[in-house]
Amino acid sequence: MAIPTLTRPTPRTNTSQEARKPRKKMTAGKIAALVVAAFIAVLWMIPFAWATATAFKTETDAAAPKVSWMPPSGFTAEAFVKVFQDGNIPLWTWNSFYTSAAITAITLVISALVAYALSRIDFKGKKVLMTVIIASIIIPPPVLIIPLFYQMLALHLIDTSWAIILPQVIHPAMVFVLKKFFDQIPRELEEAAVMDGASRLRIFTQIILPLSQPILAAVAIFVFIGAWNNFLWPFIATNDGGLLTLPVGLQTIKSAYGIQYAQNMASALLAALPLILVFLFFQRQIIKGVATTGLAGT
Amino acid sequence: MSSSLASRRSTGQPDIAAATQPQPTRRTSQSRTRSNLSGWAFATPFLVFFLVFLVWPILYGIYMSLTGKSLTGANDSLIGFANYAEALADADMWRSLGNTFYFTVISTVPLVLVALVMAALLNVGLPAQWLWRLSYFAPYLLASTVVSLFFTWMYNPQLGLINDFLSKMGLPKVAWLNDPNVAMWAIVIATLWWTVGFNFLLYLAAMQNIPAQHYEAASLDGAGAWRQFFSITLPQLTPTTVMIVLLQILASMKIFDQVYQMTAGGPGGSTRPVVQYIFETGFTGYRLGYSAAISYIFFGLIVLVSVMQFVITRRRSA
Repeated sequence: MAIPTLTRPTPRTNTSQEARKPRKKMTAGKIAALVVAAFIAVLWMIPFAWATATAFKTETDAAAPKVSWMPPSGFTAEAFVKVFQDGNIPLWTWNSFYTSAAITAITLVISALVAYALSRIDFKGKKVLMTVIIASIIIPPPVLIIPLFYQMLALHLIDTSWAIILPQVIHPAMVFVLKKFFDQIPRELEEAAVMDGASRLRIFTQIILPLSQPILAAVAIFVFIGAWNNFLWPFIATNDGGLLTLPVGLQTIKSAYGIQYAQNMASALLAALPLILVFLFFQRQIIKGVATTGLAGT
Repeated sequence: MSSSLASRRSTGQPDIAAATQPQPTRRTSQSRTRSNLSGWAFATPFLVFFLVFLVWPILYGIYMSLTGKSLTGANDSLIGFANYAEALADADMWRSLGNTFYFTVISTVPLVLVALVMAALLNVGLPAQWLWRLSYFAPYLLASTVVSLFFTWMYNPQLGLINDFLSKMGLPKVAWLNDPNVAMWAIVIATLWWTVGFNFLLYLAAMQNIPAQHYEAASLDGAGAWRQFFSITLPQLTPTTVMIVLLQILASMKIFDQVYQMTAGGPGGSTRPVVQYIFETGFTGYRLGYSAAISYIFFGLIVLVSVMQFVITRRRSA
């Protein structure tokens, strides 16, 4: 790729401001990097492109033995029409949306509250609580599926949305992320409010939370994406077709449509669309959110 | 440990505020009681969920693993460690653990290396950053089922895009998901495409946090981009790399979705991971107690890896 001698910078004036400016000049090394980056990007787009090409074919063309990007009978949207007529994609999308939204909302509220206590309030047993929460980060969700399923059966929650939502709201790592953030908010900001006799809850909602918007957004994004795409637990917790989330519902179409390749790909693309659209609009926030919370563990 | 990195990025606030907060000189017992009360009050909502949906199932699972509990309601009584003894002698369990281990080993290396290369390419300062980020990261936003549908279709032996490409290049076709020697690699390729964007973002964020002065000094000494990458970027990234590798190992050990959806563990059990074995023992075989026992053996291995992670990161920061 880059060859050292070609990318050696020309001597420049040495103010740090000057040095910080991004170099606009395209060196040979940069061009090489651009070529490689573009090659990977094209490779990474192929599955999307091929799924799209297939979804807009007739079923006959999609299953034709001669593999081709340009179908003989031209492109058509009939697979999408069929999926919308017969399929449950809108229902599954709705189920995914409201369960993920509920999971995100509950997670944010309960995690921020406990994180505030751990960060600001001196109470007996705080150290133990902190240790237990941090230790629980290592519990892998697959270990819980058997006892949780049994518990949900006993609580008569299997085949309700609650079975999907309730076990997914505990994110010890996110409590930790929030606590770390609260720790860095200067205490002076609260002191005036304390003098005025404001309650803890008021300080929390009117001072701490508004200052914590970036981290709350980051946690929300992380939790929402995880809940939206979760497969294993919703797959176990629901059999009722009316409750299936998008990832679980999609698993049933393979057998339902058999070898209807165009319809399979149309369904997959429709399932992919919501989060991709959200990403296009909120790219900056999502990338920042993932980078902020990501290392805290999943 | 890990989140110190995260929060350092999220605010520019130094930690001094928390460290030098004035300690109240004399606290009345009344205010102490009030602190205790409000502390636990704030913790209660989380604690309720935590106890009911995490602590209780973890403990109840241990009890289940000591019984013959089954979904058919057969034998509810305690049978001691019989389930564990049976599991340790169960060739299918060992095989599924082996598959999980194999997947973890062969997936972690490309998932870290490709992410590093992607981030390093972008960090050169390429134009249209958003375009590269979008294309590398977008697959991470897909549900496993979407990924499996895409790849099952591309891996199709007769009609698939990949085999068509191979035969146009004059290469033999491959039975991607039907060949026991290839199927796991096919799953690794799909997984790489799906989740490498996550590690890529972590690397990119870490690279952008390396102080510019390091590079300025190296430039003055005449070090080129290639040299700078190996003598500045890589060493500065070491803590990030350690974290990414360990998080990736833990994530890979939990493999289930893609395998279940693409090969159902086949052909001939050659890709069935341990989570699928737990799932099948419990929900297809109805043996909840036995399935719970295997869960805890798996849990033990996860704890082992986590402890290794803790020891390694501790040693680094010490």
